[in-house]
Amino acid sequence: MRSLLYLCTALAVIALAAWAYRENHLTQQAMNERRALEREISALSEALSVQRAEWAYLNRPDRLRELVDVNFDRLRLVPITASHFGEIGQIAYPMPEFRSQFDDGIELFGAIEQLSDSRDEVTP
Amino acid sequence: MIRTPLRPLARVLHARETGENPDLIERENRRLRLEAQRDQARSRAEMRLLAVALLFAGALVVLGARMGLLAATEPMELARGAPEDISSARADIVDRQGRVLATNVATHALYAETRRMIEPARAAQELARIFPDIDADRMTERFTDPNRRFIWLRSLLSPEQMQAVHDIGDPGLLFAPREMRLYPNGRMGAHVLGGASFGQQGVRAAEVIGVAGTELYFEDRLRAPDMLDQPLQLSLDLTVQAAVTEVLEGGKRMLNAHGATAVLMDVQTGEVISLVSLPDFDPNDRPLPPTEGEPADSPLFNRAAQGYYELGSVMKAFAVAQALDEGTVTPATMIDTRGPLTWGRFRIRDFRNYGPELSVKDVMVKSSNIGTARIMQPIGAERQQDFLRKIGLLDPMPLELSEARRARPLLPDRWSELSVMTISYGHGMSTSPLALAAGYATLVNGGRKIAPTLLKQDQVQPGAQIISQRTSDQMKLMLHQVVQEGTASFARIPGYPVGGKTGSADKPGPRGGYMDDAVLATFASVFPSHAPRFALVVTLDEPVDTTGPEPRRTAGWTAVPVSAEIIRRVGPLLGLRPVSLDVANARFEQGH
Repeated sequence: MRSLLYLCTALAVIALAAWAYRENHLTQQAMNERRALEREISALSEALSVQRAEWAYLNRPDRLRELVDVNFDRLRLVPITASHFGEIGQIAYPMPEFRSQFDDGIELFGAIEQLSDSRDEVTP
Repeated sequence: MIRTPLRPLARVLHARETGENPDLIERENRRLRLEAQRDQARSRAEMRLLAVALLFAGALVVLGARMGLLAATEPMELARGAPEDISSARADIVDRQGRVLATNVATHALYAETRRMIEPARAAQELARIFPDIDADRMTERFTDPNRRFIWLRSLLSPEQMQAVHDIGDPGLLFAPREMRLYPNGRMGAHVLGGASFGQQGVRAAEVIGVAGTELYFEDRLRAPDMLDQPLQLSLDLTVQAAVTEVLEGGKRMLNAHGATAVLMDVQTGEVISLVSLPDFDPNDRPLPPTEGEPADSPLFNRAAQGYYELGSVMKAFAVAQALDEGTVTPATMIDTRGPLTWGRFRIRDFRNYGPELSVKDVMVKSSNIGTARIMQPIGAERQQDFLRKIGLLDPMPLELSEARRARPLLPDRWSELSVMTISYGHGMSTSPLALAAGYATLVNGGRKIAPTLLKQDQVQPGAQIISQRTSDQMKLMLHQVVQEGTASFARIPGYPVGGKTGSADKPGPRGGYMDDAVLATFASVFPSHAPRFALVVTLDEPVDTTGPEPRRTAGWTAVPVSAEIIRRVGPLLGLRPVSLDVANARFEQGH
């Protein structure tokens, strides 16, 4: 009885030791992974900040103004002033939508004859 | 320890004599011995248990303390490369729309470890080819000096230079990672941002520290480890700032001015939307402070916040507002304007003779010094000081710039009755364009005090009531009339009704007195005049308009057209809907 108990305890100790050993290795592996990820994150965030800086540099007002001047022939961009605003009354009332009597292309394709027929009927 | 025998001879003999069983004695002794052994074993086991328990308790306490410590410490940024005591991290600065004004860029510094160098002479020659300012012979000398082991060569390298140095291939030439502060917009907002430089330097990192402006004022905030990923958002609008800078630069050039400054402020919140001071500088390459000449002429000098000048007639608005608010006059009260007004040896004159009397409104519209002095005379020094202090013109401005907080207005030593009169029309007391903008904001926003700020505000507590709503309405109308009928006619621009007051102050000469041909021209304006949202102050230093037959220096010919162009440009950028003058006039008639 007692020897069985000893055996069980010994086995349990061995199992626990193996488990602890494995955990230890997994932890170290996870830590290595974390370090690699951290390096990657810091590299990416550095790249991101460079991109942001470059974007801001490319969009600096001086450069945009120069680009506007260079491309004036094509774009005709001028500073916005009060004269560019319009009254609501200046907007044209929307035209009534043209409603086709044909639903899809195929029918439209086939219907040309029909159209000429109907026109003949209307204007004899 | 003496072992007691199991069968002591004396007792065994005695037992045999008395006929008892001597084995009983042995058993008795054996029992006693076993009991003693048992007691000893138990106490030992107890001790062991106690020790183990203490060990575990100790371990738990350590674990708990560590967990508590970890939970209580501030979060740190992920280590870039190897951790070192010197941190180069610094939060970005962005404008009110989130556009980057200042950011950090990774770059490298170059240093040499001479003991690891293989061919110092060749390395020095190659370096001299890459960097023209390195002298090959002197560098060879330094590289081969046995007392030197470590030499800083360059604090910042461009990627091309780094590659070129790399191509030399000497193992003694090493790169140190650096963070560089970059201002992508160049000169835009230079005086607000200030600039940065390196503090403590190490091989692995170097501190980036602010040297002026918001970079210096918010040093701790920008470097706080838990705030690094949150950019500092300023109230500036980059687009508006660019437009104001462009117009002001053009105006300064055309009018041949020494310097120019513009402050654009939200009248309700005190947010500074744009602050320009010319000449300016590039914060990426901040010039050194001047060692000779007037510090106020240096590009580093912030004319808007650091520059305190006698601004002249723009100050009349405060005198009139105070008189209206205290009820001593109404806009229609007639004021005696016969000149010159003599006070002891001193004579107060007007730009030209405006006849025997003017209404208070016309004193403003025509800008009569005599009229303003007569309005202010009965109010007296004490009440004038109280009013100017309440509106914030006697104390340094609480703007988030370290330079602005050090500058303070110049006030008369003795606030005499003569001072009361000269200060009423803007002489004898100095004011910064920024303080003036804040003062005008109070005049037209319903009379509430505002604190100028460079940080974007989401919600602002309304400040103390300085003048009544009624006085504020009267001031709005009067400023509107100055533009429509008076000295600032160039500010009539389509779409944006402007109200404002001009000021042309003779500059004090270097040897006391005032100069004849040197004028500081200021236009303090608010727009749209019927319901002001923004205050704009433009000041030009010694402008001359030479388009006419004779040079004109007054603000009406210099600062006003520049301001008008600024308002024309930034009005739409600020999201203001254009309104016609009729609408504005109708709004004024409704109000009165």
